[in-house]
Amino acid sequence: MAIDPAGAWGLKGAALSISNYRKPFLGTQPEFLHTPYASSIKRAPQKPLVAIPQTLSEVTGPLFDRDAQHAAECNLTRSATGGEAQGQRIAVSGRVLDENGRPVPHTLVEVWQANAAGRYLHRYDQHDAPLDPNFTGDGYTMTDELGRYRFVTIRPGCYPWGNHYNAWRPAHIHFSLFGPAMATRLVTQMYFPGDPMLPFDPIFNCTTDEKARNRLISQFDWETTIPGSTIGHKFDFILRGADATPMEDAHHQD
Amino acid sequence: MSLQATTWQTVGPFFRIGLERLFDADIAGVGVEGERVAVAGRVLDGDGLPIRDAVLEIWQANAAGKYAHPADTQDKPLEAGFKGFGRIPTQDDGTFRFTTIKPGTVPGPNGTTQAPHLVVGLLMRGLLRGLVTRAYFPDERLNSSDPILGLIEPSRRATLIMTPSSEHANLLHWEIRMQGEAETVFLEF
Ligand SMILES: [Fe+2]
Repeated sequence: MAIDPAGAWGLKGAALSISNYRKPFLGTQPEFLHTPYASSIKRAPQKPLVAIPQTLSEVTGPLFDRDAQHAAECNLTRSATGGEAQGQRIAVSGRVLDENGRPVPHTLVEVWQANAAGRYLHRYDQHDAPLDPNFTGDGYTMTDELGRYRFVTIRPGCYPWGNHYNAWRPAHIHFSLFGPAMATRLVTQMYFPGDPMLPFDPIFNCTTDEKARNRLISQFDWETTIPGSTIGHKFDFILRGADATPMEDAHHQD
Repeated sequence: MSLQATTWQTVGPFFRIGLERLFDADIAGVGVEGERVAVAGRVLDGDGLPIRDAVLEIWQANAAGKYAHPADTQDKPLEAGFKGFGRIPTQDDGTFRFTTIKPGTVPGPNGTTQAPHLVVGLLMRGLLRGLVTRAYFPDERLNSSDPILGLIEPSRRATLIMTPSSEHANLLHWEIRMQGEAETVFLEF
């Protein structure tokens, strides 16, 4: 049986038939130039992007080996030597779905973040806050067959940056996801509810659609909170979904 | 059911922490069929200054023109060791370098044939969402009939075609310019 990771393709006789991944809803994705975010000014393309049809090159993409990439448990709070990271332990979990509500199984989720003091383990990070010898801030996991993922980490600190006077990033965790195709690639940041820095952050606020923006804020969740140990946060990722599958393909049961 | 795709956010300057594990400048894989090439270049900002905190993600077909992906149902050989994916960060001087094989042709829309090309994803601090472009090969006769290059203003097509090196056979140069007169063509799909 063929694997159909996104319902995005089918075979019509000898010719490949490709159905398209949807275009974003108006205002739900950032424009490249967002002048309050100073770094975008010299880096955002100035000429319009050239629209092309989706071909085999765009509806395929790297699929990572399940065994090689599967971390039994993605836990950022334990160092290689067994030490414990400083900070408040949190569990972040949720599902990766496509725009049609279908789970995206066995897809790679990569994460990185600052430590509890708001410092990254990176040579470019000049923030005068302590590094934590027991926290590297990187992790990865694969979604399961239902598109679920989970990892345990510490709540990252806010950190200052040079964008404008007295600028502070709200606490956030960086995520990278592939999904089944180059067209479904997603790199984003997850925020925390009630963070007072959110209204002032040019990166969080780069998207005009307020609802889309607010979907980047995770939800506190009792069900995944572990008594006496770890506070739970829910966060779902939605990857681009394919438009109606090719006409010949009428077998969708899921 | 219709959900809306999650909003992109910039990869920021510290992506190495999370993305380094899959840094890999050998795209094709060891011992894979095909003409070996090295690609070297720079990523430059609107002032022509090198961008040291960008990362490229290359995706390509094998020498037979087949992608290592189940959506590619073409009846073409796919060797077990072929990957077709690599992730390469720029260095402090904005340069990048990777090795691969020249891919074969893959089908385009409406029965057309696409010239050999690399799909190139680009992430960096300052980019609020990822960009995608393509790198085509020099002296490739199919470039003139490529259905994607054909959609681009002729004066800008050269930004997507790598140039041969005078120093080494099999070394190709390619600069990515974010802005300006010779701004690289970026694609949306
Ligand atoms: Fe960050």
